Amino acid sequence: MARIIVVTSGKGGVGKTTTSAAIAMGLAKKGHKTAVIDFDVGLRNLDLIMGCERRVVYDFINVINGEASINQALIRDKNCNQLYILPASQTRDKDALTLEGVGRVLEELAKEFKYIVCDSPAGIEKGANLALYFADDAFVVTNPEVSSVRDSDRMLGILASKSRRAERNEEPVREYLLLTRYDPNRVKSGEMLGLDDVQDILSLQLLGIIPESKSVLTASNAGIPVILDEKSEAGLAYQDVVARYLGEDRPHRFIDDKKGFFRKLFGGRL
Amino acid sequence: MLNSSSVLEFKSTTFFTPILILNTNDIAAIEQTLQEKISMAPDFFKHSPLVIDVRELNKSELDFSVTEIVETLRRIGLFPIGLRGGTEQQNSQAQKLSIPVDAGRDHDAGAAAQHDRRAAVATDAGAENPAAESMNGEDKSPKAAATAASATAGLTAQSAVPVQPVRTMLVTQPVRSGQRIYAPGDLVVMSQVSAGAEIMAEGNIHVYNTLRGRALAGVQGNTSARIFCLDLQAELVSIAGDYKTSEHITKAIQKKPVQIYLQDHALIINEIA
Repeated sequence: MARIIVVTSGKGGVGKTTTSAAIAMGLAKKGHKTAVIDFDVGLRNLDLIMGCERRVVYDFINVINGEASINQALIRDKNCNQLYILPASQTRDKDALTLEGVGRVLEELAKEFKYIVCDSPAGIEKGANLALYFADDAFVVTNPEVSSVRDSDRMLGILASKSRRAERNEEPVREYLLLTRYDPNRVKSGEMLGLDDVQDILSLQLLGIIPESKSVLTASNAGIPVILDEKSEAGLAYQDVVARYLGEDRPHRFIDDKKGFFRKLFGGRL
Repeated sequence: MLNSSSVLEFKSTTFFTPILILNTNDIAAIEQTLQEKISMAPDFFKHSPLVIDVRELNKSELDFSVTEIVETLRRIGLFPIGLRGGTEQQNSQAQKLSIPVDAGRDHDAGAAAQHDRRAAVATDAGAENPAAESMNGEDKSPKAAATAASATAGLTAQSAVPVQPVRTMLVTQPVRSGQRIYAPGDLVVMSQVSAGAEIMAEGNIHVYNTLRGRALAGVQGNTSARIFCLDLQAELVSIAGDYKTSEHITKAIQKKPVQIYLQDHALIINEIA
């Protein structure tokens, strides 16, 4: 059985696409056949992060409209042959997405893939709602600041009431927290919410804390998912996330400053 | 108002209304007796609403016309607003006159107690039994009583408003930002209520966790409704329309277990020790 994962947040710019790319790559690297779909129709980004923007011929909307087959639209990742990308259309908008169409594409993908990662657009409109509707698991990406936390809370409410699992009264969507752009120093100085403050409001299973890191931007610009950068804390943190999602028990790190182990190891590189 | 449209709102309440128990079908006697009563206390009876009780008449199998009685009462300045104890035919007559019919389900067994209660209510409302002295002394055969019992629509409540059974809604999942919950009775929430969430109940609200959103109890006007929560960080709390925003909730009781209730239209928030 394929599992459909939605990466969502409500708020924009918190790291949904970075996370989608990283965990899709992580799952594929672990040997699971994985597809990652860009739901941000009109604001296509995932292809850039995955470094496949020059190989896009057909897109998600073409498949929904029956203008291309799913195999024509899927792009195989150049770093991992277990990973496929289904890009969004840049020339259309979210209205091109239909519940029936998305359902059909996911159903077809589910026959071949173990994991399907849905990269949700920001907001709570059609694109975001369709990205989460079919989900089995939700990765809620949150930055340690109040507006992001509240928006995540709102998304959790939508997951609990408007997802297919909720509508069908099935076992609820499994919700996981990913705290991104976390900076222990700024938490210490009170500029940023700490993990406890966030969990006070969201109380979710924590899948990982991704520290604020320059390597994320570098990786994005290079079109290589940051999880492949084994020298960066962010990359390691995403590896932990994937391992924990797959059931491994790994202690959380990068929560506070004092475990300078990695810092020493990597010469203070963030 | 916070939670209803500005055009109108529905509230439920209990009224005390005099009940006019008729023991005779002699319209002239009824009219005369009522006139005498009214002349004794004109202010009290002026435009007084009345519920007409015709059970005695039906028990005694006396013939009468609901229309005639209603017209008589209206003529002398009373407002009949209900009929109880009427037969099917009498009820339909009343409905044609736009007079609501009480179709209670009291059994004959409770009739005696019911009679006492009825008397008490009538006394509470300051109304006596105006036609008592013209009581008709006819025999009440068992047969007649049985007929009356089946034809009688008894009353349980002392008011025209039917008492609704209390229903409690239980919520075990977190109430997230943007979610709304409405309970027609009491509401019990075991999980946290996030900022931006709204929980409403016609009855009491219990939150056995942190309350950060809005909580509105007694939304249909029940001023005796209360809110209980283990950790008060609410954006707004309201009982029967009287509210306080977090700005007006003193620091001393924030993040504390509290109960919130109305006293003389003032919202009281007390820490539960």
